[in-house]
Amino acid sequence: MSAPLLVAEGLFKRYGSIAACRDISFELDEGEALAIVGESGSGKTTLLHLLGGLLAPDSGAVFYRGRDGASRNLFEMSEAERRALMRADWGFVHQDAARGLRMNVSAGGNIGERLMALGDRHYGRIRGAASQWLERVEIPLARLDDSPQTYSGGMRQRLQIARNLVTAPRLVFMDEPTGGLDVSVQARLLDLIRGLIAEMGLAVVLVTHDLGVARLLSNRILVMKQGEVVESGLTDRVLDDPQAPYTQLLVSSVLAA
Amino acid sequence: MTPRPSDLLVVEALDKAFILHLHGGKRLPVVTNVSFSVARGECVVLGGPSGVGKSSILKIVFGNYRSECGSIRLADGERFLDIARASAREIVDARRRLMGYVSQFLRVIPRVSTFDIVAAAARDAGLEASAAKDRASSLLTRLNLPERLWSLPPATFSGGEQQRVNIARGFAGEHRLLILDEPTASLDATNREAVVELIAERRAGGVGFLAIFHDDDVRARVADRVLDVSKFSEREGA
Repeated sequence: MSAPLLVAEGLFKRYGSIAACRDISFELDEGEALAIVGESGSGKTTLLHLLGGLLAPDSGAVFYRGRDGASRNLFEMSEAERRALMRADWGFVHQDAARGLRMNVSAGGNIGERLMALGDRHYGRIRGAASQWLERVEIPLARLDDSPQTYSGGMRQRLQIARNLVTAPRLVFMDEPTGGLDVSVQARLLDLIRGLIAEMGLAVVLVTHDLGVARLLSNRILVMKQGEVVESGLTDRVLDDPQAPYTQLLVSSVLAA
Repeated sequence: MTPRPSDLLVVEALDKAFILHLHGGKRLPVVTNVSFSVARGECVVLGGPSGVGKSSILKIVFGNYRSECGSIRLADGERFLDIARASAREIVDARRRLMGYVSQFLRVIPRVSTFDIVAAAARDAGLEASAAKDRASSLLTRLNLPERLWSLPPATFSGGEQQRVNIARGFAGEHRLLILDEPTASLDATNREAVVELIAERRAGGVGFLAIFHDDDVRARVADRVLDVSKFSEREGA
């Protein structure tokens, strides 16, 4: 087996007297989907931001193995290197699609922008890729030139996914990707995400408080409480046979519809 | 015990108990000292009264439940992978290539069509898109699921129809070991027959089965051996 794609080593982050992340270490392989679950305030979003290089830790390191095979510490890279990584190798799907999209640019422009950032200047090819991706995320082609402001919440989220995946990234970070959506659009979106992860062989780090979403999308899970990982392992094993008292509480508190 | 080349699965000295932290750390014993094996092409059926731990054994073998101790060696070509000690990613890989599981109840993403559910399982097991579709059509046809239902999600189907979708999904891959938890419980005679035939076919190809069947007729026809789980049970009065 090749070296892991992403390695977190002893990550610490404090906000004043509150430890948001305490000594967190794990590895993520290529094509692996990891869910980080916990209640609000457990530190899961802080951890996601540390892993994605959006936030610097107080101590610890995050190593990412680039396409050249070399693993490098995110926090020792230059700002330009880190930005190049985000454009070429990574995707970031926010809960609020407006944060991940440019709301004053057309849907096609939103998708094409990522390709242009990687140096593609061929208008026809960019538009072709944008059309293809719009169809792939099940948005009618007729909406290609519309602004995402005219889109529903579910469509915006699909568009954000298309914008992230058009450059075929190796790793995608997702923060509550179905969080703010109506239940009626969540299921189809989850199925779409699940299919894309499998087809593209994406590695994913997913933050969610919804154990059902974690079960559907991830192979492995980290359960966080007050900044610490209290349990980790195979997703369905952690959810069906939880060992830690806190995980048992979390799992037994979910209402089965 | 060293596994023989004909062995597909060798389970030794397995223990399982639940520690209920929300109930004062009460220990709920399930099974102890479970040992058995399944050879290539063999069908081993777990027997014994309800609550004795049959389903738990299936879940431990599939990696869904943790075992306290013991080993679960699953053949992977020439070598054996110990599911009791395997990492999460090794188990994910084993489930894709080596072992499949048909649960008692169908659990799927809402609003996904029956056909897509089965085809996705074939894709997950490594089949190409068109081969996966062919496999889905062929399984759903053999299990007598009317074609007009294929484009619908199974949520509103009858118990028997849902169970057939579940079986089709479980048989969609190329797994060497199939774990079945009462897959025929709500099927009529015709459909039980279809399942018995599917099992016989796969066995002829060397696939091994570890199963629970409450139906005496099906059990008598497919089981090489019935293993009484009572002897592993730690529960009093089970």
